Amino acid sequence: MGLFSAITAKIKGGLAKTREVFVSGLKSLLLGRKLDEATIAEIRRRLIEADVGVKTTDRFVAHIQEQFRAGRIDKGDQVLEYLKGELRSMWPPEDRELRFAPAGEKPTVILVTGVNGAGKTTSISKLAKLLQSRGNKVMLGACDTFRAGAVRQLEIWGERLGIDVVKGQQGGDPAAVAFDACQAAKSRGVDVLILDTAGRLQTQDPLMRQLTKIRSVVSKQIPGGPHEVLIVLDATAGQNALRQAEEFDRAIAGASGNQPKPADALGVTGIFLAKLDGTAKGGIVVAIKEATKIPVKFIGVGETPDDVQPFEPEKFVDALFEE
Amino acid sequence: MLDRLTDSFNGLFRKLSGNATLTEKNVRDAIDEVKTNLLDADVHLDVVNAFTAAVLQDALGKDVTKSLKPGEEMIGIVHARLVQFLGGTPDQADPRAALQSTADQTIMKVSPGPTIIMMCGLQGSGKTTTCGKLAALLKKRGRSVMLAAADLQRPAAVEQLHTVANQVEKDFPGGSQVHFYGEPDKVAEYGKAVGIAVQVCQRALAAARAKGVDVLILDTAGRLHVNDELMGELTQVKRLLNPHHIFLVVDAMTGQDALNSAKSFHEKLDIDGVILTKFDSDTRGGAAMSVKHVTGAPIKFVGVGEKLDALEDFHPTRFAGRILGMGDVVALVEKAQEQVNEDEAKKLEEKLAKGELTMDDFLSQLKMLRRMGPLKQLFSLLPGVGSMLKDVQIEDKQLDKVEAMIGSMNKAERKKPDIIDNSRRKRIASGAGVEQNDVGQMVKQFGLVSKLSKGMAGMSAAQKSAAARELGSGGMGGMIPGLKGLPGFGSKGSSFSASPKAKFKKRKK
Repeated sequence: MGLFSAITAKIKGGLAKTREVFVSGLKSLLLGRKLDEATIAEIRRRLIEADVGVKTTDRFVAHIQEQFRAGRIDKGDQVLEYLKGELRSMWPPEDRELRFAPAGEKPTVILVTGVNGAGKTTSISKLAKLLQSRGNKVMLGACDTFRAGAVRQLEIWGERLGIDVVKGQQGGDPAAVAFDACQAAKSRGVDVLILDTAGRLQTQDPLMRQLTKIRSVVSKQIPGGPHEVLIVLDATAGQNALRQAEEFDRAIAGASGNQPKPADALGVTGIFLAKLDGTAKGGIVVAIKEATKIPVKFIGVGETPDDVQPFEPEKFVDALFEE
Repeated sequence: MLDRLTDSFNGLFRKLSGNATLTEKNVRDAIDEVKTNLLDADVHLDVVNAFTAAVLQDALGKDVTKSLKPGEEMIGIVHARLVQFLGGTPDQADPRAALQSTADQTIMKVSPGPTIIMMCGLQGSGKTTTCGKLAALLKKRGRSVMLAAADLQRPAAVEQLHTVANQVEKDFPGGSQVHFYGEPDKVAEYGKAVGIAVQVCQRALAAARAKGVDVLILDTAGRLHVNDELMGELTQVKRLLNPHHIFLVVDAMTGQDALNSAKSFHEKLDIDGVILTKFDSDTRGGAAMSVKHVTGAPIKFVGVGEKLDALEDFHPTRFAGRILGMGDVVALVEKAQEQVNEDEAKKLEEKLAKGELTMDDFLSQLKMLRRMGPLKQLFSLLPGVGSMLKDVQIEDKQLDKVEAMIGSMNKAERKKPDIIDNSRRKRIASGAGVEQNDVGQMVKQFGLVSKLSKGMAGMSAAQKSAAARELGSGGMGGMIPGLKGLPGFGSKGSSFSASPKAKFKKRKK
């Protein structure tokens, strides 16, 4: 569709800090230099500091070490090429764009989830503006009936962007709000309905089951919906983000207890990686992709509704490793 | 919560336990494993290296006490270092000291007031919720509080704090009041309000003085440590108001970057305390070690839930104990104390002795237990149980079932469950949405507990525990499907019903 294929210069701008800290250091370390054990140890250090995770890092490093000791590589540039290749192949050119309802079956429903403070509501404002600017009629559903001020926060974004917000009562049933929002979206001919949910920790079983309920309410109201279930992850999060991705995936699929997620069930369909404009390096997406196959779809690089970029592994890797 | 980190230490000690002495080789091997696991726990690489270097030094310089196995010796060394890295001194190990809340010393009292606390941190770390929790804690201790909304950026942040302030005022006992100060009209869109927050803080201080409140808490906007303009706003507030405390709020799920952001906040603001939030997730909490290491500022509180009373003091010794899988009995006793009324407990014990336990009593016990937190979290506090629980699924849902079943019984049935026959069982099952079998089982187990507790009344402690063992999974654990066979629970479950203080004394012997 190429809906989000237009890349602004901002992806590089947003990743500038990431690049400076993570990569230009690594790059100057590697470019045009002979490889030695100390440099390889330093590569490991940089990857770990980027939250890539010990397991994935060690897989990379073991390979580099093996190649180096066998005399197959001896230059820093070769390591750089290898890492780029690895990261690229992790995100094959599959569909990283939003999934939409088939023509004539609108609305498309996007369910947005995540732990407390990940940045769900802000990320929703970004998505809403992006979709709106592409000519879609957007509606927001405020299913976070728990946190004080959450509904109002979404309403303010709605007012600023000129988007309708369906809300319920503070403390009310979020699934009921989801129901109302679906009804309203259908009757008002909305193209895309984005549902905000309360932040919840993946350890809170009752709240995770509530998510299952919201999902099934949507499925009943809108056949084929929700078309997209995004989890918003904080780029500063460590290895726990992996647990978040796994558990939300299972909850959406309706797997309870220790059950594995049924293979054909709808789970989390994508990641919105928020707060990538700090010094956090976002390396956790590598570990998540390796473990869950859930693709990153968007990155958040600031606080205004414009600070959103589609996630493009090529650009991401390039931005990481180029000047 | 920390089960996997605990696992790593268990592995370390297993490795060592086969060895007669601590040698450089076996210590180094074991330490490599700890390193990996601390990294997996999100402790920053530099901190991991500093920690393991210190442990290595301690271990190699140590003559292994003859009576101790090397594994045990190593536990001691790692524990002592962990405590130190978390900001404690090893001699704080007296559990009675740990029971004393440190909150009164944690937040200083100044005269004339108010004591000013500035909260700061990254976006989404949990500042506003934590402000409410702090206010609740202070209110319970008889100090009046004003919550001031200095976050003019995030939409509805002012409203959120206002709601939280009202909630604390309404829901928490204590004669002192919780006030709110906010200037909703100063809220501007992002980028236009920088600096205005400083004036709001100044006016909040004036209002706090006028009202004569004891503590003023400033809820500032979340900001990136690399945003010089916004960090400048905080340094201005610091310069003009001279807060007595500057607390950095840190998400316990943060990764390696915790070190960078904490370092920047500390360099610019000289923070004097850290509050860790979202600690009720399954994060291994390595950020705690990183932040403590880089700032040197003590971890003052830990947020362990969404409710406004879910804020605990941080005890390095206990935290280190949890990491090492030694459980945290003190935390359990503390939780029980919060929920149990001494008189009620005594009455219940008498009832138990007479065999007069009713379903209503059981229901109220169950509710009390649940107020203490999710079951899995509670059990993880029991020594030795944490690691066993790793693969056991404890579903609080099962407790919902029990509550629903009792809820579907009428008064007579609750008082004398014996009268429940087939048709009553059928009615209760359909009322609670469970199978008839479930009802039958629950009633049967209840009968067992009731009988046993009556018999136990005259027994010595040793006889009691033998009886409890005999009952096996038939204790309270047995009544709850899914808890059967859970190590430790069958025999320990009944301790929730006794007075926690008495139990605590017993344990100390």
